[in-house]
Amino acid sequence: MSMNNVGRPTTPQSTTASGGFASLTGGRGLLQDEVLIFERGGWNKTGVDLPEATMQADDLGDLLRREPIGLPGLSEPETLRHYVRLSQKNHAIDLALYPLGSCTMKHNPRLNEKMARLAGFADIHPLQPQSTVPGALELMDRLAHWLKTLTGMLAVALTPKAGAHGELCGILAIRAAHEARGDAARKVVLVPTSAHGTNPATAAFVGYSVREIAQTDDGRVDLADLEAKLGPDVAAIMVTNPNTCGLFERDIVEIARLTHAAGAYFYCDGANFNAIVGRVRPGDLGVDAMHINLHKTFSTPHGGGGPGAGPVVLSEALAPFAPTPWLVHGPDGLRLEEEAIGEAAQAFGRMSAFHGQMGMYVRAYAYMRSHGADGLKQVAEDAVLNANYIKARLGDVMSPAFPDGPCMHEALFDDEWLEGSGVTTLDFAKAMIDEGFHPMTMYFPLVVHGAMLIEPTETESKHELDRFIAALRALAEAARAGDVDRFKGAPHLAPLRRLDETLAARKPRLRWRPEAPASLAAE
Amino acid sequence: MRFTKDHEWVVVEDGVATVGITAYAAEQLGDVVFVETPDVGKTVSQGDSFAVVESVKAASDVYAPVSGEVVEANGDLGDAPETVNAAPEHAGWFAKVKLSDPAEVEALMDRHAYEAYLGTL
Amino acid sequence: MRYLPLTPEDRQQMLHAIGASGIDDLFVDVPRSAVLPGPVDLPGFAGELEVERELGALAARNVAAGTVPFFCGAGAYRHHVPASVDHIIQRSEFLTSYTPYQPEIAQGTLQVLFEFQTQVAALTGMEVANASLYDGSTAAAEAVMMASRVTRRGKAVMSGGLHPQYAQSVENLAHASGVATVRLDPAVDGEDAVIAAIDADTACVVVQTPNVFGTATDVTRISAAAQAAGALMIVVTTEAVSFGMLKSPGEMGADIAVAEGQSIGNALNFGGPYVGLFACREKLVRQAPGRLCGETVDAEGQRGFVLTLSTREQHIRRDKATSNICTNSGLCALAFTIHMSLLGEVGLRRLAALNHQQAVKTKNALAGVSGVEVLTPRFFNEFAVRLPKPAADVVEALAARGVIAGVPYSRLNPGAGMDDVLLVCATETVTDGDIDAFRTQLAEVLA
Repeated sequence: MSMNNVGRPTTPQSTTASGGFASLTGGRGLLQDEVLIFERGGWNKTGVDLPEATMQADDLGDLLRREPIGLPGLSEPETLRHYVRLSQKNHAIDLALYPLGSCTMKHNPRLNEKMARLAGFADIHPLQPQSTVPGALELMDRLAHWLKTLTGMLAVALTPKAGAHGELCGILAIRAAHEARGDAARKVVLVPTSAHGTNPATAAFVGYSVREIAQTDDGRVDLADLEAKLGPDVAAIMVTNPNTCGLFERDIVEIARLTHAAGAYFYCDGANFNAIVGRVRPGDLGVDAMHINLHKTFSTPHGGGGPGAGPVVLSEALAPFAPTPWLVHGPDGLRLEEEAIGEAAQAFGRMSAFHGQMGMYVRAYAYMRSHGADGLKQVAEDAVLNANYIKARLGDVMSPAFPDGPCMHEALFDDEWLEGSGVTTLDFAKAMIDEGFHPMTMYFPLVVHGAMLIEPTETESKHELDRFIAALRALAEAARAGDVDRFKGAPHLAPLRRLDETLAARKPRLRWRPEAPASLAAE
Repeated sequence: MRFTKDHEWVVVEDGVATVGITAYAAEQLGDVVFVETPDVGKTVSQGDSFAVVESVKAASDVYAPVSGEVVEANGDLGDAPETVNAAPEHAGWFAKVKLSDPAEVEALMDRHAYEAYLGTL
Repeated sequence: MRYLPLTPEDRQQMLHAIGASGIDDLFVDVPRSAVLPGPVDLPGFAGELEVERELGALAARNVAAGTVPFFCGAGAYRHHVPASVDHIIQRSEFLTSYTPYQPEIAQGTLQVLFEFQTQVAALTGMEVANASLYDGSTAAAEAVMMASRVTRRGKAVMSGGLHPQYAQSVENLAHASGVATVRLDPAVDGEDAVIAAIDADTACVVVQTPNVFGTATDVTRISAAAQAAGALMIVVTTEAVSFGMLKSPGEMGADIAVAEGQSIGNALNFGGPYVGLFACREKLVRQAPGRLCGETVDAEGQRGFVLTLSTREQHIRRDKATSNICTNSGLCALAFTIHMSLLGEVGLRRLAALNHQQAVKTKNALAGVSGVEVLTPRFFNEFAVRLPKPAADVVEALAARGVIAGVPYSRLNPGAGMDDVLLVCATETVTDGDIDAFRTQLAEVLA
C-alpha cells in the first residue's frame, strides 16, 4: 500500500481538566453555550416583517410545496445574540497575529468594505444593460490595468472565483493553446513535491496525469530532474514562486527556458505573490499564466473560508485563449464580449455564469489604489522583513528547515528541535492557542518533516511580532523542559478542547435532525 | 501468512487469497475511518491499486498483492472501519481474490522476513 | 502608509537582528535581471478620502437597481436583505477569520456551517448538503463531474431550459475532463424532452426548475426515467426563494440538487460573489465536492463541530481529489444562514408568496400591452414574453426611459433565434407603481 501516515492523532488523547471550575449552566463566563437554531423552537416565528400576499398561488396546483420545510425563525434580537455569541468563539486577524503560512492573513481595510457596498457596485445586476453600468466596467478595466502592470503580463482573465478556479482557468488556456497548434499529445503536467494540493488536483480534474518533480536539499526545484522529465508529452509545469517552503526559486528563469524549449507552458501558482509584489514582475521571469489570489495579496477578507477571487494573468502566447467574457475597448467605450466571437473568438469557454467576483474587484482595487506603486513595494519588503525577523529570532530555539540564506514572506521550521521532547508539531501548535495566537500552517509542505510554516504578513507591528516571538520562545522552553502536559492537553483555554475528528469521520453527522419520536426510538 | 513490502498480507486457502493490511500498517495509519473495498468480480493484477484505506488526514491506496478475480469483499468494514485497527490481520481483512498465478504467493515474504524488513525501515 | 505599521526605526532594528545590511540582502535569491529598478508605472499611495472620491465617482456612473423600476432575474435576484445580516457578517470574528482548520478556535464559523448545511438540506429536500461552492453555475458543473464519477459513465444530458451560461460552465469543465454533453434546444416548457435523450452512457440528466424562462416543472417523471437508466438526476434552481413555495428537488426524486443561493442574504454585486448550494443523497456524499462540517465531541465530551470527510479534498487527496476547490463562499453562506434564520419557514413562505404575487401582477400588466405574448405557462417570480421587436432594443429604449425591463434571452444565447424573447422577473422589491411604469413605458416603446 501507499503508506500515507502524515495523519496525526485525531482522537483526543488527554482529558486533563481545564482548571477545575465549572459553571452551573455550561457556559464559560461571557462565552455562552449556544445551541443550534434548530434546538430552540421558533418553528412559527419570523424576524422579518412582510405583508401577507393578497393573491393565492392557485395557478401552481401540484407544484406547491405542501409539507413543512423544517426551518426555525428567530426575532431580530435573538438573531443578533445567537450569531454574536457564535462569533466570539472564533479567532480572527483583528484579534491577533494569524500566522498561517501560504494563506496571507493580513489586515482587511474597512474602507474596502465600505466601497464594495456602494449601491453603484453592490446593487447592480450582471445582466442589466451594459449601457447602465459603465462605471463597473471601468473599475474592472482599471483593476485589470493594475494587475497587468504589477505582473508585467499582457492580459488578464478576471472571472475565476478563487485560486483553484484560476489554476483551472490557466490550465484550460494552456490546453487550448496546445490544441490550437495541433499538439494534442501532451498529457502530463509536472508539479513539484512541495506544491499546494490544488495544483495536482486541478491538473487531474481536467484529465492530465500528474508527475512530480523532485526538490533539492535547499528547498528548490531540482533542475536536473525537471530537465529529465520535460518531454514531448508534457503540457505544462505548475510551480509556486516564491515556493511553499517560503523560498524564491533562484533558477526560475532557467526553469522557464527549459519548459519553453520542451514546448510546454509555465503556470505559476501566485499564492505567494505578496512577497514580491511591486518588486518583481512574473512576466520578467518567463511565466505564461499565473493566478492572483485577491483574498491574499490584495487583502479581500477570507470570511471564514471565502469568497475569494483568482484572476489569471496571461502571456502573449496564452492571451487569445482567455475565457469569456472579455472586456474590450470599443468605439463607444468599454463593453463585455460574452460569447466566443470577434476578438474573443479563440476563448476556451466560460468559467462560470456572469462576469466574476465584482465585490472582490472593488475591494482589491481600493486596496491597491490606497497603497499605490510605492506602497505595494513596501508591502513586499515588510512582509519579507517580518518573516526573516521571526526566522532570526526563533532560529536558535526551533529548527529552521532551510537555515542558510534568507526566506521570503514565510519562515519554515521542521520538528527536529522537538525530537525526544514528547511534543509533536500538532501539540506545539495547539499550545499556541492557549497563548492567544492562531497556530501556523502545520505538516505542509509535505517535503519537510513536521513542518511549521509561519507567515506574519506586512501588517504586523514590531510590537506584535515581539509578543509572538516571546510566546513561541516560552513555549519552546517549556517543551524542552519536559512540560509535556501543557502540550498534550492543549488547548486548555479555548472555547473547546481538542475535538474527536475520528468520531466525526467514522459516523458522519452532517446536519441537525429532529430527535426520533420515543415510539421509534424504543424499537 | 505472506507479506509484501507495501504492507499487505495474504493467506491462501483452496486457491483463494484473503488479503488485508498488516498490523504495522494499521498502527502507522492511525485511526482508520473509512475503507473502500474492491467490487466483486473485478480482475486485478499484482501491484494494482485495488482498495483505499483512509484515516482522518490521509488516504492510502492498497495494492493487490496477488493477481486474480475478486470473489468477496469485507462488507463489515463499511459500518465498522475501526476493525482494521482492532484486528488488522484477522477480522479486518479487505477482500478475497481467486488466484490466477499461485506462484506469486511463493515470492512474497514470510513473517520472519517481513519483520526483518520492518527492522530496516 | 496607513496599513503598514513598521517605522523606519523598526526596520533598521529588525534588519540588524537578522544581520542584514539592507532590505536588498533579503532578496538575493531573485535574479538580478528580474529586479525592478524602481516602482512600477502606477500612481502613488492615496488617502481614504481620495480613494472614496475615485470609487464613488465610478459607482455613480452605474444605474443602481434600487433607483429605478427593475425587472432583471435570469440567475441573479434583487431581494431586500435585513440590515442585521450585513452588520453581523462584518463582525471581525467572521469577516477576518480563515477556513476553520483549527476547530477549537473556530466554533463560530463551524456551527454556522452546520446550520447552513441543515438549512440547505431542508430547503432542497435532500439528505445532506455541503458548506458551499462558488456559485450555482460552478455547482452545476461539479454535480456533473460527480455524477460521472459515481456512475462511471461519460455523458451528461442538459435540458433546453437550463440557464445557457450554466450550460456553458458545465460544458467547459466536462469537455476538458472527457465527459460528453448533450444540450437540448431552448424550450420554454420542455424539461421532459430530456427523457428521450437518456441512454446507457448517460451519467446524469440536468434539468432546471424554475427554468431560465421561469417555467416551473414537476420533474418527478424525469427523475424516475433517469434512475431507471442508471443515471443520476441533477436538479438546478437559480432562485432559492422559490424553495419557499414550490416542491423541493428532493420531493421530486433528485439525486443531486444544486442552486444559486444569492437570493438569500446576498446583494446583486454585478455577478459575484455568490454562494453555490450543493445537496445530495447521503450515500453519495463521499463523492461530493467541497467542504463538509460535521458534529462531534471534544476531549471533555462537549459537543463541537469540525470539518470532516476531508480525504475527498485536494489538500489531502491531491490528484485523486473529488474537486480542486479550496476557497468557497463562506461569508456569503453566513449571510444566507442569518437571513434564513431571520425569515424562518413562516417568513420564507410569506416572501415567496409576495414574489409570486408581484410577478403575476407584472405578467397581467404586460399581457395587456398590445403585441406582447406571455410564453411561460407556470412560473414562480419570472417569466418570458415575446415582443414584436428585438428584446435587446426594447430593453435599451426602456433603460433610456428609466425602466430596467429584464434580460433579453439573446444576451444569454445569441444564436438561438429568439431575439424577440424577454425574461422578466418581479420580486418583493417591485412595487405596484413600478409595474405600472413598466406597462406604460413598454406600451409607448412598442407603439
